[in-house]
Formats: sequence, C-alpha cells, structure tokens
Amino acid sequence: MDTYLLQIFNGISVSSIFMLAALGLAITFGLMKIINMAHGEFIMIGAYAAYVIQNIFSQYLPASIFDFYFFIAIPASFLAAGIFGWVLERLVICHLYGRALDSILATWGVSLILQQLARSIFGAPNVDVKSPDWLNGALLIHPGLQLPYKRLFIMLMVIICMTAIYYLMYRSNYGRKIRAVMQNRAMAASLGINTRKIDAYTFAFGSGLAGIAGCALTLLGSIGPTLGTNYIVDTFMVVVLGGVGSLWGTIAGGFLIGTGNTTLEFLTDATLGKVLIFTLVIIFLQWRPKGLFTINSRSLDE
Amino acid sequence: MTTKTFFKTPANRIFFVIILLLLLAPLFLSVFRINLLGKFIAYAILALGIDLIWGYTGILSLGHGVFFGLGAYAMGMYLKMEAAHGRLPDFMSWSGLEKLPALWAPFSSPLSLALIIIIPAILAAIIGFLTFKNRIRGVYFSILSQALSLIFVILFIGQQAYTGGTNGLTGFRTMFGLPLAADNTKYLLYYAAIFFLVIVYLYCRFLVSHRLGKILMAIRDGENRVRFSGYNPAAYKIFVYVSSAVIAGIAGAIFVPQVGIISPAEMGIVPSIEMVIWVAIGGRGTLIGAVIGAILVNGLKSGISESFPEVWSYFLGLAFIIVVIFMPEGLIGLVKKYSTRIAWRVKKEKTAEKSPSIN
Repeated sequence: MDTYLLQIFNGISVSSIFMLAALGLAITFGLMKIINMAHGEFIMIGAYAAYVIQNIFSQYLPASIFDFYFFIAIPASFLAAGIFGWVLERLVICHLYGRALDSILATWGVSLILQQLARSIFGAPNVDVKSPDWLNGALLIHPGLQLPYKRLFIMLMVIICMTAIYYLMYRSNYGRKIRAVMQNRAMAASLGINTRKIDAYTFAFGSGLAGIAGCALTLLGSIGPTLGTNYIVDTFMVVVLGGVGSLWGTIAGGFLIGTGNTTLEFLTDATLGKVLIFTLVIIFLQWRPKGLFTINSRSLDE
Repeated sequence: MTTKTFFKTPANRIFFVIILLLLLAPLFLSVFRINLLGKFIAYAILALGIDLIWGYTGILSLGHGVFFGLGAYAMGMYLKMEAAHGRLPDFMSWSGLEKLPALWAPFSSPLSLALIIIIPAILAAIIGFLTFKNRIRGVYFSILSQALSLIFVILFIGQQAYTGGTNGLTGFRTMFGLPLAADNTKYLLYYAAIFFLVIVYLYCRFLVSHRLGKILMAIRDGENRVRFSGYNPAAYKIFVYVSSAVIAGIAGAIFVPQVGIISPAEMGIVPSIEMVIWVAIGGRGTLIGAVIGAILVNGLKSGISESFPEVWSYFLGLAFIIVVIFMPEGLIGLVKKYSTRIAWRVKKEKTAEKSPSIN
C-alpha cells in the first residue's frame, strides 16, 4: 500500500508539471486555434535556462548563496521561454491564423530547429542540474512512506503558479480581455481590444509557463535537447481530455492522466500502463468528444 | 480511364516520365544507389497514401508510421520465419521464449503476406469508425493519431520477445528462396517497387478523378455543407483512411526486403510527421507532388545528412516552416503558377499578333 501511495504521490507531482505546461498550451490553443508543437521545446529552454543560472552561481558567485540559485532560476526560465515564445509568435505563428493543421507542421519545424540549436550550444549528451541542498531529503509520514522535499516543492510551486494564473485570467483587466478574445474575436476587436497584441503577449505567457515547467523538471532528472519531445504527447492528451481552452478542464485532465497512469503502471507494467491510459482517453472521447469541460457554442466549426 | 484521357493531365505525363527515368536508372547507377532508390520508391508509395488523406480529404494523420510499420513488420515476420528454417527466430530464444507464439504461427506460410493489407485495414477501420463517427476532426484527430503512433512504439519496444524490441527485426536471408544479398534479387525488388508505385498511383488517380474524389475534396473544403447535402462524411473518411493505411502497409512491405531491417524507430512520431512534409514540399493534393517530394527530400537527406547531420536538422526545420507559410502548394504549386503565367503571356502575344492593328 505504501509503495502505491508513494507512486501516486510521484505521479501527481509529475503530472502537476504537465498541468503547468498544458495550461500554457490550452490558453494559446483556446485563444488562437494554433497547435504549438514546439511547446515541448519551451520546456527544454526553461530547463536549460535553469542549467545556465546554476552554472553562473557555481562559477562566479560565493558558494554560500548557491542554494538560493533556484529562486533566480524560476523567473529566468519563465523569461527565457517567454522571450523565445514572443519571437516565435512574431516570426512564424502570426502567418498561421486560421490554419490549425498547417500550424502543427510549421511549429514542428520550429521544434526541430530549437532542438538542434540546443544540441549545438550545450552538446547532445544530457546534463545534470544540481538541486539545492535544502531540497534533498524527505518528509517522513511514517516509516516506509517518505515524501521527497523536491516533489513537495514542485507541487507548491505549481500551486502558486496556478493561483497566479487564476488571478491573471479571472481577476485582472488583461485576463478579461483574453477571455473576451477567446469567446468572440470579432466582437472583442470591434469593442476596441487590440487582439494582435493580446495574442502575442498571451503566447509569450503560455511559453513562459512551459519554461517554468522545464525548470521544475530539472529537479527530477537530467535534461537534454529532446526533453520536450518526451512530454509533448502527454501534454496534448491532457489538453484534449480536459477540453480545449478550458483551464479547469486542463487541471482535471492533468490530474486524471497523472494518477491514472501511475495506477495502471502499478497494476500492470510501465509499457502496458501507458498504452492503457491512451486507450482509455480515446474511449472516453467517444462519450464526450470535446473533453471533460466544454464551452457550449452554437457555431458549427468550433 | 483510357490511355488517351490519362495523358491529358499534365501530372500524369510527368509521372510517366518519372517512371521511365526510374526504369532506366539501373543503367547508370550502382547497385547500392539502386537499392537506395528502391527505398525512396517505397516512401513515394507511402506519400501517395498520405496525399490521398491529407491533400485531398484534409485529414492530417500524424500516425501513418504505424500503418507503414505494421505492413513492414508483417513482411519482416514472414522473412524472419523463412530465415529461421522452421526453428525459433533468433531474438526469441535470446528473450527466453521456448515455443513459437501463436501470433507468429501464420507467418510460416506465404499466404500470410495478405496480412500486410488486412492488418492496417482493420486497425484503420476501427480507429476511423471510433473517431470520424463521433465527428472528432481537425487537430483533435491529428493529436489522437499522434498518440496512436506513440502507443505502438511503446508496445513494440515493450514486447521484446514478440517483436524484437528496440532492435526490431533484422537478419533476413532469403525471400521466396532468393538470396536478399544478391544483386539480381535487388534489381528484382527495385522493379517490383516501381510496379507497385504505378499500381498505387493509378488507384489514387482513379479515386480522385471520379465522383468519390470530388466528395473527398468537398469534405476538405466544407464538411458541414457535404453533410447538409445528404452525404455521410464519416463513411467517406473511413474509406479514405483505410485506403491510405493499406497503401502505407504496402509501402512498408516493399521497404523491408530492400533495407533489411524494420524497427520501432521507423514508425514513431518523428518519422510519421516527416512523411507529411514530403507531401507538403512536393505539393499536396496533386499525387505527383507526393511522389516527387518523397524522392527529392529523401535523396537530399541521404546526400546532406551523410556528411553534415547538423545541417540537415536545420534544413528540414526551415523546410517545414517555409513550405507551410510561403508555398502551401509546394513545388508543384510553384511550377503551376509560373507555367500558367508563361502560358498566359504566350497566349497574349499570340492574340496580339493575330488581332489586326488599330492604326
């Protein structure tokens, strides 16, 4: 039982990272109807940003403050991925509005280039990011069940980010504009909202969230140029299961896939668990083709 | 379709020229290059299937590697059984199996080669029924098809004792008794590949130039209007998905004896999406563009990535972006644009000569 609880705990902490990345994806897809295949590469950019910050701290700054590098790494990852996102939106995405299928192909090309760029700069082998000392160790619930601090910290970080996103989307002027453009672009534009500006900022913001996810992933293992590809399909499944464009759906989808995956892996084995969870998602979509949470609309081609 | 009407379409004329060139290629190229070209022809067949579903029907499937892989594995399993001479295939004994699994039993007979067509067809029919019937379309279908290819790769790697795991199937010796390493067999396989390319091309051309093709294009351009006109788009989509999957399976079966190996790496997410870009570069919705794109891109790939693997990634990435954004009609689209422009200019000059001057 204890192993199972630990597995579930690990599953939730990993899927909370996906939730963060998937939220970025869900917002941009809901807003612009663009599928960003390079979203996984923003995770990778965030992870490498954390790696660079760690290197700067260990080389140029006194050892006593090394432990605090992670607090710099989080905003740095957000900024790095966000800037890349903004540039991508300006250069590529802005040509692809209304061409959802084409956007898949073009952004896949972007992801190839970004991966190769990472390979050229940091080398093909994976690199390790040393996590701060205060994160090594575990919370002892009772003998046999220990919850690692790292994973607790990740969950805390995700919860903080979620709260921030909630306030941004539902309590701020900017969020109101985003939701307005999501619901009805033409109407929002005619009421004086600069939709192009909203698009660019939101895309950058969504990419930044993926960057934070990448920063969190550095705590769990080594990172490499293909880091993003390993997670992109999972992230997309979270979005599809939850219902595209719905934030609550994304959170629920991430939670379901995370716990479902670990439970099935625990009951069967690692490969079969993954196959089963995808099969279950496809079967579920038979029943609710638009995912868990849907925004009802009378238009035909939504 | 008579021969006369067939050659009226410029695309068919180009196809005829390409086939002629391919038939004559063994006169100029070494066996090694011919073998490579045979592989590209297998890819060209695959690209035809993708053009049918993506270029004509507007369904972007990112899981065609699976159907290619299933066809290839069916062929590979047959070749493996032939190489084992009634004993257990080598990788099974390495994985600790003592008896031939029931899954492999049919592959000792050449009749099992029918499975190259049957397995992809059944899988595509099931997936197509479950998705298209529920009106799952557009990007949702693309994402699901991508998950499909991920599932199959995980499954094939995980079930090492049955599929050979990451290494896949290799170590084939003979096909119908002919040694695969011999030059003559290689030429034979090359001509067989061309034969299948012609068959598949004619099949696709037949489909798209008849009423069915019109409905497929109508589904691409406005599915709801098709539905409101009394057609059932789901049935047509399932049909085209199955056709396309079978074509991919055939391509896989042609690929294996020439290349000598099939592994999960050929059916994953990355190759599946690369297949689509061959069609995009050549020109979607033209059939001939798919053939040209597949042969051209793979020719470039083996040329560039042999010496500069890094450059190839950048090149392919840029190709994805530039083709999609700036030339959605692909190379064929470019040619069409310029040839109509020239034709228009020639026509204008001619009429200018003919018309009596005002003065």
